[in-house]
Amino acid sequence: MSEAPGTGPDSAAATAPGTVLEVRDLHIGATVYPPNEPPRDIEIVHGVSFAIEKGKVLGLIGESGAGKSTIGLAALAYGRGGVRITGGEVWLHGENILALPKSGIRGVRGRRVTYVAQSAAAAFNPAHRLGDQVVEAALKHGLMSRREARERARMLFETLGLPDPDSFGRRFPHQVSGGQLQRAMTAMALCPAPDLIVFDEPTTALDVTTQIDVLAAIKRAIEETDVAAIYITHDLAVVAQISDDIMVLRHGNTVEYGPVQQMIEAPREAYTRELLSIRSDIKPQAEDQSGALLQLEGIDAAYGEVPVLFDVSMHLPKGQTLAVVGESGSGKSTTARVITGLLPPRAGTVSFKGEPLPPALSRRSKEQLRQIQMIYQMADTAMNPRQTVAEIIGRPLGFYFGLKGGERARRVAELLDQIEMGQGFADRYPAELSGGQKQRVCIARALAANPELILCDEPTSALDPLVAEGILKLLMELQAETRVSYLFITHDIATVRAISDSIAVMYMGRVVRFGPKDEVLSPPFDDYTDLLLKSVPEMKLGWLERALASRRMDSAGN
Amino acid sequence: MSPVLALILKRIGIGVVLILAISALLFLGVEALPGDFAQNFLGQAATPEAVANIRRELGLDQPVMLRYLDWLGGVVIGDFGESWANGSSVSEQLGKRLANTLFLAAVAAVFAVPISVGLGVLAVFYRNRLPDRIINILSLAAISMPEFFVGYLFIFFFALQFGIGDGPPIIPDPRASVWENVQLVFLPAMTLVVVVIAHMMRMTRAAILNIMESAYVETAELKGLSMLRIIWKHAAPNAVAPIINVVALNLAYLVVGVVVVEVIFAYPGMGQYFVDAVTVRDIPVVQACGIVFAAVYIILNMLADVGAILANPRLRHPK
Amino acid sequence: MTETLAFLDAVGDGTAMRVLIRLFSAAVDIVPFAALLLVLRGWARLPWSARVAMLGCILFGFVAVYADAIAPFGEREIVGDVWQGPGTDCLSTADDGTERAGTCHLGTDNLGRDMLSRLIFGAQTTIAVALIASLLSFSAGMLLSFTAAVVGGWTDQILSRINDMLLAIPTLIFALVVLAALPQNIVILVLVMAVIDQTRVYRLGRAVAVDVVVQDYVEAARLRGEGWLWIIFREVLPNVWTPLIAEFGLRFAFAVLFLSTLSFLGLGIQPPEADWGGMVKDNKDGIIFLVPAALYPGAAIALLAVSVNMVVDWMLNRTASLKGGRG
Repeated sequence: MSEAPGTGPDSAAATAPGTVLEVRDLHIGATVYPPNEPPRDIEIVHGVSFAIEKGKVLGLIGESGAGKSTIGLAALAYGRGGVRITGGEVWLHGENILALPKSGIRGVRGRRVTYVAQSAAAAFNPAHRLGDQVVEAALKHGLMSRREARERARMLFETLGLPDPDSFGRRFPHQVSGGQLQRAMTAMALCPAPDLIVFDEPTTALDVTTQIDVLAAIKRAIEETDVAAIYITHDLAVVAQISDDIMVLRHGNTVEYGPVQQMIEAPREAYTRELLSIRSDIKPQAEDQSGALLQLEGIDAAYGEVPVLFDVSMHLPKGQTLAVVGESGSGKSTTARVITGLLPPRAGTVSFKGEPLPPALSRRSKEQLRQIQMIYQMADTAMNPRQTVAEIIGRPLGFYFGLKGGERARRVAELLDQIEMGQGFADRYPAELSGGQKQRVCIARALAANPELILCDEPTSALDPLVAEGILKLLMELQAETRVSYLFITHDIATVRAISDSIAVMYMGRVVRFGPKDEVLSPPFDDYTDLLLKSVPEMKLGWLERALASRRMDSAGN
Repeated sequence: MSPVLALILKRIGIGVVLILAISALLFLGVEALPGDFAQNFLGQAATPEAVANIRRELGLDQPVMLRYLDWLGGVVIGDFGESWANGSSVSEQLGKRLANTLFLAAVAAVFAVPISVGLGVLAVFYRNRLPDRIINILSLAAISMPEFFVGYLFIFFFALQFGIGDGPPIIPDPRASVWENVQLVFLPAMTLVVVVIAHMMRMTRAAILNIMESAYVETAELKGLSMLRIIWKHAAPNAVAPIINVVALNLAYLVVGVVVVEVIFAYPGMGQYFVDAVTVRDIPVVQACGIVFAAVYIILNMLADVGAILANPRLRHPK
Repeated sequence: MTETLAFLDAVGDGTAMRVLIRLFSAAVDIVPFAALLLVLRGWARLPWSARVAMLGCILFGFVAVYADAIAPFGEREIVGDVWQGPGTDCLSTADDGTERAGTCHLGTDNLGRDMLSRLIFGAQTTIAVALIASLLSFSAGMLLSFTAAVVGGWTDQILSRINDMLLAIPTLIFALVVLAALPQNIVILVLVMAVIDQTRVYRLGRAVAVDVVVQDYVEAARLRGEGWLWIIFREVLPNVWTPLIAEFGLRFAFAVLFLSTLSFLGLGIQPPEADWGGMVKDNKDGIIFLVPAALYPGAAIALLAVSVNMVVDWMLNRTASLKGGRG
């Protein structure tokens, strides 16, 4: 590779042969605009270095704010929003692309380095056919003729397992499913035969059963084209299936960097070990599951004319946890809405403590409302941003028990202690709390009503793994203390396994399997439960191949 | 039937229902309001007999629903009845004046649309830099100026001081060429342009900015495409629908803005006819002008939505 | 109906309106100072355009409130010849016949009254009437739209469909038709303006409130069993007041323009009351004799509207980057 102007004297010390990308001491900064304060510059990545060889995949892993996407985009010399690369070098085949002029950078993007976004649905232009978008970069960079590009796209569609590869390119983005779009985006990234592809959480937005197929397709395509790749994700189990090396990031720093086998089997850093041990504590199921605090019998429900629940029945004994598990659209959240009275069912009854509950919210008494509380997925939107923590937790105390003044403040302080947050938080606003703290305040608000039952609607799925772990632990402790029951809605089998006593598996509005945990999770399985269980990534090398080989049913995303 | 067609037909249906509802509102509403027209009409000379006479003459002694249906039947075949003030046919006047009004509005639109879309694109291109700020402040100023201020400013400086364009009264000559008439209405048209351009430009800017910040434009950027290609191939096709919408909405606004401009320039259009009728409470003329203005406004709004439906790729290529 | 009309006529005639405006002025006496204090706190951080605009608003408010003290001559007092030029001498005659010489800084109007004094009194009338109309339309629109968004169901359907229909009629056309049928007086004028403008407030209010109502914290309040008054005032309102204040500014600017337009067309405030739109109408015939008298009130309207619009523009830009937290 000839030396480009402006690459500096360092280029002599260039990278080892076979290395596609080498990043040295990368620093990335951004300007933030805090309310009522002058804007200031912060650094979000503090000197990260790594190298990738041809045909190899580097997994970047870390929680939100770790700087993984920012680092990935730096490989294209791109900063999103107000983000700027402030220091370091990015060597692509012996050329520092950060030192290139604008036109040189354009020659890198879409030609030598390409990008696969988390949301392909937003990243494809709705006005053009998929095929035209897939071949665009190859054509505009003059890499091949239109005919060659089309042929290559067709070949890639086939490799990625897209249906009807000959005509797939003629469709518009809104005409295909999410899993297919994500694969089409991978084809778009592969089409110009780049040196490196950056995958930015390509399967995060997909359902588990779809994720496994997309993951397998990406893995196969990387192997067949021998391209180098950066794979960004927050899920260690996913990255273990696809990477050769893994880099664990936290707060813009490298925690640990090494080959995948060593990282999974012999991690050196405590933080990595914590990530690996997530949900490994499994609570034994309750022995006696005979009682029924909550009982659903033959529930049918519909949004307008569209039926969404069919003959749903389940029950939950006092002081235990019932996990309702399923993918998006399975009806699990709708079941919660029926229980709360927000969506009166068309048929069937919801009984609480042996008494049928009035179907509609407006017909329920204050006492009935008090006994069933709810925790939401997005703690952010579940709290009024204009109320302080004390006001948020204090309102149920005043509303249900008429507590006022000092008495109320004392109880708020007790509740804050119970959720392991100090009294110093009482005067804070939600915007001043971290994600985990927000969810804890929501739990305290539910507890304030002294409920018998708390409906938990995916309370941990928006949180980083370690924070989620803390929330689950807190919920279990509170259950042990107060004998409160949980109806826990989730799509994450690992969570289900860790915390539940009984499980209801839902699929397309029906309960396909219900019973005590050990029974539901033991064979013989029905086809859907089999698919669901086998789709959950496990932190073991080679899991992907074994799972694909042994499942009985294809996922719906195809 | 294709879903797009169904959607368009539905939108047209809503438009027709709206026009009907508004015709009822205009007619019945005016009737239901307090005050006796005959009384007002006769003013000081209102003896009980005279009032009764005039009520009979104008048909005001009939039940109101009957009169509404009668009026609506006339409207459908283009008969708006007779003016109370001078007994002349409203339809005849309306026809002549509507043509004048639409001519003025069309001339203004021909200037306003390209200028404001151009300025909107320019503002996006120089976003948050000096040209954008200047365009922003000028457009705020333009939004804040009443039509009559702009109009008299133009007359005072251009027509009277510099001799550019004509001052009031401006009366288009049907025998003159189109170009001569365009020159004649230059100042009123420019007044309308100033009034409408700011809104149109700001909405265009917002619509394009929205698209430039979308993920697919980032994708195009990460493909290493040139800025020109990104704008032309990736942003523009998606900007068409919102811009059509913006333009049609503002044309609707423009047709209404004509009312004041016609009064300023003593231009024989529908607006002036309308204002004169309101001043003397010539109700049949007021109702006729009201329904025609409202209908033009609703139809343009409807075209805005239909245009947006047609330009939306999701709807053009259904699953 | 007839009694109501008689009452409205009584309230709406000149003297009653003057009383109304006086009362109103007294109530807002404190406003310019409060505004100044409020603004001084964050003055250093304001962009220059917002500073100029803010000063403009305060200046107009001050002139409107203290019109009687500031104006050099009376509102209806004839002090010279028709359309004297700016800076010419004029003569004021008091009730007891004593004469006082002075200067008409902006000349005189079509009846020989002092232009500057008329502009100052016009500020009072125009701002007071526009403010009352926009306050009315704002409260009505907010109350209706929030009720619709929070209560939902049939209430929402009926209110929203009626509003859709009213929205489909262009404001000026609507006002002209209604004013053609009703007697001309100030109270009716304010009510008509408020009813028409309320539809625009409703549209925004509902959109904003619906955004908030679908949030989980509102659902949480419903599940707790809270009534809809609590939900409107404690859950929804605190989260939307910044865009609403900005909207109020826009509505006020629009009300000034709308009122002036109606007066210009001869259907707004009736002479001899001074109001800016009416002053343009009175003096428009001077234009062809190159007398710029009609341009002064026009410029006053534009300056007031641009000041308000620029403050609003700054507020909207500021809140766009503000999410949650204190403030």
